[in-house]
Amino acid sequence: MELPTKTFRVTRADLVRYAGASGDLNPIHWSDRFATGVGLPGVIAHGMFTMALVGRAVAEWAGAPDAVVDYGVRFTRPVVVPDDDTGTEIEVSAKVKDTPGEGLTRIDITATCRGEKVLSQARAVIRTPR
Amino acid sequence: MPLDQSFVGRIYPPTAPYQVGREKIREFATAIGATEPAHHDPEAARTLGHADVVAPPTFPVVLTMATSQQIIDDPAIGIDYSRVVHGDQRFAYTRPVVAGDELVCVNTIEDISSRGGHDFLTTRTDVTTAAGEPVVAVWSKLVVRGEA
Repeated sequence: MELPTKTFRVTRADLVRYAGASGDLNPIHWSDRFATGVGLPGVIAHGMFTMALVGRAVAEWAGAPDAVVDYGVRFTRPVVVPDDDTGTEIEVSAKVKDTPGEGLTRIDITATCRGEKVLSQARAVIRTPR
Repeated sequence: MPLDQSFVGRIYPPTAPYQVGREKIREFATAIGATEPAHHDPEAARTLGHADVVAPPTFPVVLTMATSQQIIDDPAIGIDYSRVVHGDQRFAYTRPVVAGDELVCVNTIEDISSRGGHDFLTTRTDVTTAAGEPVVAVWSKLVVRGEA
Protein backbone atom coordinates (compact mmCIF):
# COMPACT_ATOMS: atom_id res chain seq x y z
CA MET A 1 0.00 0.00 0.00
CA GLU A 2 1.30 3.45 -0.96
CA LEU A 3 0.99 6.23 1.60
CA PRO A 4 0.12 9.78 0.49
CA THR A 5 3.19 11.81 -0.60
CA LYS A 6 4.16 14.73 1.61
CA THR A 7 6.27 17.73 0.64
CA PHE A 8 8.38 19.86 2.99
CA ARG A 9 9.84 23.22 2.03
CA VAL A 10 13.28 23.98 3.50
CA THR A 11 14.75 27.49 3.62
CA ARG A 12 17.90 28.93 5.19
CA ALA A 13 15.77 30.29 8.05
CA ASP A 14 14.65 26.70 8.81
CA LEU A 15 18.28 25.57 9.01
CA VAL A 16 19.20 28.38 11.39
CA ARG A 17 16.21 27.57 13.60
CA TYR A 18 17.09 23.86 13.57
CA ALA A 19 20.76 24.59 14.34
CA GLY A 20 19.70 26.51 17.44
CA ALA A 21 17.12 23.97 18.61
CA SER A 22 19.33 20.92 18.06
CA GLY A 23 22.67 22.39 19.09
CA ASP A 24 24.28 21.37 15.78
CA LEU A 25 26.11 24.57 14.89
CA ASN A 26 28.31 23.14 12.13
CA PRO A 27 28.85 26.08 9.71
CA ILE A 28 28.26 23.89 6.63
CA HIS A 29 24.58 24.39 7.53
CA TRP A 30 24.63 28.20 7.52
CA SER A 31 27.80 29.59 5.88
CA ASP A 32 28.28 29.40 2.10
CA ARG A 33 31.88 30.46 2.55
CA PHE A 34 32.56 27.54 4.87
CA ALA A 35 30.47 25.01 2.91
CA THR A 36 32.14 25.74 -0.43
CA GLY A 37 35.52 25.80 1.34
CA VAL A 38 35.10 22.12 2.25
CA GLY A 39 33.99 21.18 -1.26
CA LEU A 40 30.22 21.31 -0.91
CA PRO A 41 28.10 23.01 -3.61
CA GLY A 42 26.77 25.39 -0.92
CA VAL A 43 24.99 25.34 2.43
CA ILE A 44 23.34 21.96 3.03
CA ALA A 45 20.57 20.92 5.40
CA HIS A 46 21.47 18.97 8.53
CA GLY A 47 20.94 15.28 7.77
CA MET A 48 19.12 15.13 11.09
CA PHE A 49 16.81 17.95 9.93
CA THR A 50 15.85 15.93 6.87
CA MET A 51 15.38 12.91 9.13
CA ALA A 52 13.18 14.99 11.45
CA LEU A 53 10.96 16.17 8.55
CA VAL A 54 10.62 12.60 7.31
CA GLY A 55 9.84 11.60 10.91
CA ARG A 56 6.95 14.10 10.85
CA ALA A 57 5.62 12.40 7.72
CA VAL A 58 5.92 9.02 9.46
CA ALA A 59 4.05 10.28 12.54
CA GLU A 60 1.32 11.76 10.32
CA TRP A 61 0.92 8.49 8.43
CA ALA A 62 0.75 6.68 11.77
CA GLY A 63 -1.87 9.16 12.94
CA ALA A 64 -0.20 9.70 16.33
CA PRO A 65 2.81 11.74 17.48
CA ASP A 66 4.04 8.91 19.73
CA ALA A 67 3.59 5.97 17.33
CA VAL A 68 7.16 5.63 16.03
CA VAL A 69 8.80 2.54 17.55
CA ASP A 70 11.86 2.22 15.31
CA TYR A 71 13.19 4.65 12.72
CA GLY A 72 16.42 4.53 10.75
CA VAL A 73 17.93 6.12 7.64
CA ARG A 74 21.16 6.33 5.64
CA PHE A 75 22.19 9.76 4.38
CA THR A 76 23.16 9.41 0.74
CA ARG A 77 23.08 12.88 -0.82
CA PRO A 78 23.20 16.37 0.66
CA VAL A 79 20.12 18.61 0.50
CA VAL A 80 21.46 21.89 -0.89
CA VAL A 81 19.47 24.90 0.36
CA PRO A 82 19.90 28.08 -1.72
CA ASP A 83 20.01 31.51 -0.07
CA ASP A 84 16.67 32.78 -1.37
CA ASP A 85 13.06 33.00 -0.22
CA THR A 86 11.91 29.70 -1.67
CA GLY A 87 14.75 27.38 -0.61
CA THR A 88 14.21 23.79 -1.73
CA GLU A 89 11.72 20.98 -1.29
CA ILE A 90 11.94 17.47 0.12
CA GLU A 91 9.35 15.01 -1.12
CA VAL A 92 8.55 12.01 1.06
CA SER A 93 6.63 8.91 0.09
CA ALA A 94 6.35 5.46 1.61
CA LYS A 95 4.98 1.98 1.18
CA VAL A 96 3.65 -0.33 3.81
CA LYS A 97 5.96 -3.34 3.81
CA ASP A 98 4.82 -5.83 6.42
CA THR A 99 3.69 -6.30 10.00
CA PRO A 100 6.74 -7.39 12.02
CA GLY A 101 4.69 -8.00 15.16
CA GLU A 102 1.25 -7.61 16.62
CA GLY A 103 0.02 -4.04 16.34
CA LEU A 104 3.09 -2.97 14.37
CA THR A 105 3.54 -1.88 10.75
CA ARG A 106 6.84 -1.53 8.91
CA ILE A 107 7.11 1.09 6.18
CA ASP A 108 9.78 1.74 3.55
CA ILE A 109 10.36 5.43 2.95
CA THR A 110 11.64 7.37 -0.07
CA ALA A 111 12.85 10.96 0.33
CA THR A 112 13.92 13.00 -2.70
CA CYS A 113 15.15 16.52 -3.35
CA ARG A 114 15.18 17.84 -6.93
CA GLY A 115 14.36 14.35 -8.17
CA GLU A 116 17.28 12.63 -6.43
CA LYS A 117 17.14 10.33 -3.44
CA VAL A 118 18.65 11.92 -0.34
CA LEU A 119 18.11 8.91 1.94
CA SER A 120 18.44 5.19 1.44
CA GLN A 121 17.42 2.27 3.67
CA ALA A 122 14.90 4.60 5.28
CA ARG A 123 12.56 2.45 7.33
CA ALA A 124 10.25 2.86 10.23
CA VAL A 125 8.19 0.62 12.44
CA ILE A 126 5.06 2.31 13.71
CA ARG A 127 2.19 1.24 15.90
CA THR A 128 -0.50 0.28 13.43
CA PRO A 129 -3.01 3.12 13.10
CA ARG A 130 -6.31 2.30 14.77
CA MET B 1 45.90 5.31 9.21
CA PRO B 2 42.73 3.24 9.62
CA LEU B 3 40.91 3.38 12.95
CA ASP B 4 42.00 0.68 15.38
CA GLN B 5 39.39 -2.09 15.40
CA SER B 6 40.41 -3.17 18.90
CA PHE B 7 38.20 -0.33 20.21
CA VAL B 8 35.08 -2.26 19.18
CA GLY B 9 33.15 -3.03 22.35
CA ARG B 10 34.54 -0.09 24.32
CA ILE B 11 31.91 1.28 26.69
CA TYR B 12 32.14 4.83 28.02
CA PRO B 13 31.09 6.01 31.49
CA PRO B 14 27.46 7.18 31.83
CA THR B 15 26.92 10.87 31.09
CA ALA B 16 25.57 13.36 33.62
CA PRO B 17 21.75 13.27 33.67
CA TYR B 18 20.03 15.48 31.07
CA GLN B 19 16.81 17.19 32.19
CA VAL B 20 14.27 17.08 29.37
CA GLY B 21 12.45 20.40 29.55
CA ARG B 22 8.97 21.16 28.25
CA GLU B 23 10.20 24.31 26.52
CA LYS B 24 13.09 22.41 24.86
CA ILE B 25 10.64 19.90 23.38
CA ARG B 26 8.41 22.77 22.20
CA GLU B 27 11.42 24.56 20.69
CA PHE B 28 12.60 21.41 18.88
CA ALA B 29 9.10 20.58 17.64
CA THR B 30 8.66 24.16 16.39
CA ALA B 31 12.02 24.04 14.60
CA ILE B 32 10.96 20.96 12.62
CA GLY B 33 7.42 22.26 12.03
CA ALA B 34 5.77 19.59 14.20
CA THR B 35 2.53 21.27 15.22
CA GLU B 36 0.84 18.20 16.73
CA PRO B 37 -0.66 19.37 20.08
CA ALA B 38 0.98 16.54 22.08
CA HIS B 39 4.41 18.14 21.41
CA HIS B 40 3.24 21.47 22.85
CA ASP B 41 0.29 21.06 25.18
CA PRO B 42 0.65 18.90 28.32
CA GLU B 43 -3.12 18.28 28.38
CA ALA B 44 -3.04 16.88 24.84
CA ALA B 45 -0.09 14.67 25.82
CA ARG B 46 -1.95 13.40 28.91
CA THR B 47 -4.87 12.41 26.70
CA LEU B 48 -2.42 10.05 24.96
CA GLY B 49 -1.30 8.68 28.32
CA HIS B 50 1.93 10.65 28.79
CA ALA B 51 2.95 12.62 31.86
CA ASP B 52 3.91 15.72 29.85
CA VAL B 53 4.62 16.90 26.29
CA VAL B 54 6.03 14.20 23.99
CA ALA B 55 9.27 14.68 22.05
CA PRO B 56 9.36 14.07 18.27
CA PRO B 57 11.16 10.84 17.26
CA THR B 58 14.52 12.42 16.43
CA PHE B 59 14.65 14.64 19.56
CA PRO B 60 17.18 12.37 21.38
CA VAL B 61 19.85 13.60 18.97
CA VAL B 62 19.95 16.73 21.15
CA LEU B 63 21.48 14.55 23.88
CA THR B 64 23.31 11.95 21.85
CA MET B 65 25.15 14.38 19.58
CA ALA B 66 26.62 16.03 22.65
CA THR B 67 27.50 12.75 24.34
CA SER B 68 29.10 11.20 21.24
CA GLN B 69 31.69 13.92 21.73
CA GLN B 70 33.08 11.45 24.34
CA ILE B 71 34.11 9.16 21.48
CA ILE B 72 35.06 11.85 18.99
CA ASP B 73 37.33 13.49 21.59
CA ASP B 74 38.85 10.19 22.77
CA PRO B 75 42.54 10.69 21.92
CA ALA B 76 43.11 6.93 21.96
CA ILE B 77 40.87 6.53 18.91
CA GLY B 78 42.06 9.68 17.18
CA ILE B 79 39.14 10.67 14.93
CA ASP B 80 39.79 13.66 12.67
CA TYR B 81 36.41 15.37 13.09
CA SER B 82 36.96 17.66 10.11
CA ARG B 83 36.69 14.52 7.94
CA VAL B 84 33.56 13.13 9.60
CA VAL B 85 30.32 12.73 7.65
CA HIS B 86 27.09 11.42 9.13
CA GLY B 87 26.35 8.07 7.49
CA ASP B 88 23.42 6.35 9.20
CA GLN B 89 21.13 7.09 12.09
CA ARG B 90 18.59 4.93 13.88
CA PHE B 91 16.34 5.18 16.94
CA ALA B 92 14.72 2.15 18.59
CA TYR B 93 12.20 3.17 21.21
CA THR B 94 11.09 1.46 24.38
CA ARG B 95 8.88 4.49 24.99
CA PRO B 96 8.78 8.10 23.77
CA VAL B 97 10.82 10.80 25.53
CA VAL B 98 8.60 13.16 27.54
CA ALA B 99 9.23 16.41 29.39
CA GLY B 100 10.39 15.76 32.93
CA ASP B 101 12.56 12.81 31.95
CA GLU B 102 16.02 12.73 33.44
CA LEU B 103 18.11 10.84 30.89
CA VAL B 104 21.53 9.23 31.05
CA CYS B 105 23.50 8.10 27.99
CA VAL B 106 25.93 5.20 27.80
CA ASN B 107 28.00 5.09 24.61
CA THR B 108 29.35 1.88 23.15
CA ILE B 109 31.54 1.50 20.10
CA GLU B 110 29.66 -1.20 18.26
CA ASP B 111 31.64 -1.49 15.07
CA ILE B 112 34.69 -0.14 13.26
CA SER B 113 35.44 -1.01 9.66
CA SER B 114 37.44 0.33 6.74
CA ARG B 115 36.47 0.30 3.09
CA GLY B 116 37.72 2.18 0.06
CA GLY B 117 40.08 4.26 2.18
CA HIS B 118 37.30 5.43 4.49
CA ASP B 119 36.65 4.43 8.09
CA PHE B 120 33.20 3.61 9.43
CA LEU B 121 32.46 3.92 13.13
CA THR B 122 29.13 2.74 14.52
CA THR B 123 28.19 3.89 17.98
CA ARG B 124 25.23 2.84 20.08
CA THR B 125 23.92 5.14 22.77
CA ASP B 126 21.66 3.51 25.33
CA VAL B 127 19.44 6.25 26.70
CA THR B 128 17.86 5.37 30.03
CA THR B 129 16.27 7.21 32.90
CA ALA B 130 18.56 8.04 35.81
CA ALA B 131 16.91 5.04 37.54
CA GLY B 132 18.05 2.78 34.69
CA GLU B 133 14.72 2.32 32.88
CA PRO B 134 15.40 1.95 29.12
CA VAL B 135 13.92 4.69 26.91
CA VAL B 136 15.60 4.58 23.50
CA ALA B 137 18.64 3.06 21.83
CA VAL B 138 20.32 5.31 19.27
CA TRP B 139 22.74 4.14 16.58
CA SER B 140 24.93 6.48 14.62
CA LYS B 141 27.34 5.56 11.88
CA LEU B 142 30.05 8.10 11.23
CA VAL B 143 32.13 8.02 8.07
CA VAL B 144 35.67 9.31 8.45
CA ARG B 145 36.72 10.20 4.92
CA GLY B 146 40.18 9.07 3.93
CA GLU B 147 42.87 11.53 2.96
CA ALA B 148 42.61 11.55 -0.82
